[in-house]
Amino acid sequence: MPSERYVFPHRHLLGIQPLSPQDITALLDQAQAFEEVCERPSIKIVPALRKKLVVNLFFENSTRTRNSFEIAEKRLSAEIINFDADTSSLTKGETLIDTAMNLQAMHPDLIVMRHSAPGAHALLARHMKASIVNAGDGAHEHPTQALLDAYTLRKHFGRLDGLRVAIVGDIRNSRVVRSNLWLLTRMGAKVTLVGPPTLVPQELKITWPGIEICHDFDAVIPSQDAIMMLRAQFERGTGAYIPGQGEYSRFFQLNPARMKQAKKEVVVLHPGPINRGLEITSDVADGPNNLILDQVTNGVPVRMAVLYLLSNPHGEQVP
Amino acid sequence: MPAAPGPCPMQPVPVPPLDSGQMEATLQRLASDLLALVKPEEEVVLLGIRSRGLPLAERLATFLRAATGSPVPVGSLDITLYRDDLTEMVGSPIVRPTEIPFTLKDRTVVLVDDVLYTGRTVRSAMDALLDHGRPHRVMLLVMADRSGRELPIQADLAGVKVEVPAGHRVAVRVKEIDGEDSVVVEAC
Repeated sequence: MPSERYVFPHRHLLGIQPLSPQDITALLDQAQAFEEVCERPSIKIVPALRKKLVVNLFFENSTRTRNSFEIAEKRLSAEIINFDADTSSLTKGETLIDTAMNLQAMHPDLIVMRHSAPGAHALLARHMKASIVNAGDGAHEHPTQALLDAYTLRKHFGRLDGLRVAIVGDIRNSRVVRSNLWLLTRMGAKVTLVGPPTLVPQELKITWPGIEICHDFDAVIPSQDAIMMLRAQFERGTGAYIPGQGEYSRFFQLNPARMKQAKKEVVVLHPGPINRGLEITSDVADGPNNLILDQVTNGVPVRMAVLYLLSNPHGEQVP
Repeated sequence: MPAAPGPCPMQPVPVPPLDSGQMEATLQRLASDLLALVKPEEEVVLLGIRSRGLPLAERLATFLRAATGSPVPVGSLDITLYRDDLTEMVGSPIVRPTEIPFTLKDRTVVLVDDVLYTGRTVRSAMDALLDHGRPHRVMLLVMADRSGRELPIQADLAGVKVEVPAGHRVAVRVKEIDGEDSVVVEAC
C-alpha cells in the first residue's frame, strides 16, 4: 500500500511501460476504492472530476472500451465530449495534429484516445496540455486492459507476485499482450506465451527475458493459475499466419478437454470480443472458472482510477 | 486549511492535553452523552471519518454496546472525493474505500471525527453520506472541538474544547494508528 503522501507521478497514461510497481499498485488500490462506488446500492457517482472536461477520441471501433470509459467518466461527474472519427474532419483530410490542436483550443482536461498507429498518443502528448489516456494504439499498448486484467487477478488471488499466467493465441497482433507483459512481469508474475510459431514472435524474449514461449498448449496448461485467451484477430490479418481456423482450434482452443488438465482453481480470462467456438468454446467461456465478465465489470473502477489520478496534474511530472 | 500568517509564536499553549487514560474516559463519557441525546426507538449507526475518526468510532461502539447490550454498526467514510478543493489540488490524493455495509435509510447517523476546525471536512462528509441513503438525522461527535469555523457547522458532542491561536495545530493521536492516545496542541 503506498503511503498517504504518494502522488501519482505521471501526466499521461501512454502505456504500462513507464509505470513503476508502486504506480501500478497505486492504480489498483485506487480502483478498489472506486469499486465500492460502483457497487453502491444507491448513488454510484462521486464528484471527483466535477468541472473537468474529458474528450473521448476514438479513431478505431470499440464498444466495450469506449462504453467502459464513458461510464467511468460519468461516475466521476466529468463533462464528456465524444469525438466520432467517422463524422469528423479527418474524413476531409485533417491531420491528427490539426485535429488535436483544434481540440486543445477548447481546453479539455483529459483526452481518451484509441488510434491504429502505435505511438499516436506519445505524439499527441507532445502537442497537448491535456492528459492523454491510451485506450489502445495499434499493436503497441492497451494499458487500461492490462490494469483491469491485473485488478481481476489480484482480486481473485490476493496477489500478482508468483502467479503463473499463460497468454494464449494471437500474440503477434495483440496490444493487450504487450501491456500485460510489462505489467505482469513487473509485478512478479510468471508469464508463458502460447501459440503457433507464426503468431508468437521470439523477439519478445529480448524485451522480456523472464518470459517463456511454448507452442504446445497442452504441456503448459497443468501448471497455470490463470489462462488468458486472446481473440484471433482476423481483421488484423491473423488468417495469413495460420493454415486454417480448424487447425488453429485443434491446437490452441480452450475447451472442456483441455480444462480437465488444468488446476481445479484455474481462472480463465479473455479481453473480448470472444470468437465462440474458435479460440474458446462456449461451455468454457461461460463455465465456472471464467472471470470474463468480472473483467468487464472491473474495467469501470480501473478506468475511474486512471482518470482520477491523472486529473490533478502537478509540477514535476514524467510522461 | 488556511496557512498560518507570519512566523509562529512558540509560547506554550494553555490547553491541558488529554493523555491515554483521559481519552478512554472521555470516549466513555461521549458514549453515555450520546445515549442521552437519542430516543430509544432511534437506530444509531456510527460513521468514522478516515483516518482517525474510524478507530474512535469503533471504540465508541464498544462502549455503546456495553451500555445498551446491542451492537451498533460502524462504517467508514473517505471524504477525499467530496473535498471542495479537490480540483485545485496538486496531485490526486489516494482514496481508500468507504465502507458502509448497512443501510443509512431512516437511521440516526453519528459522524465521528478527531478534530472539528473549519467544518469543511464535515460538509464533505455530509455530501458523501447522503449519496449512501437518506438518514433520519445526522449528528456530529468529535474528540477535539477547536475554534476557527469557516462553515455554519457545530458538533453535537465534543470530547474537549480547545482554544488555540492560529498557527497551532490540534492533533488527536490514537493508539491504533499512532501508537498512543492523546490530544496535543503543536506550534507549527
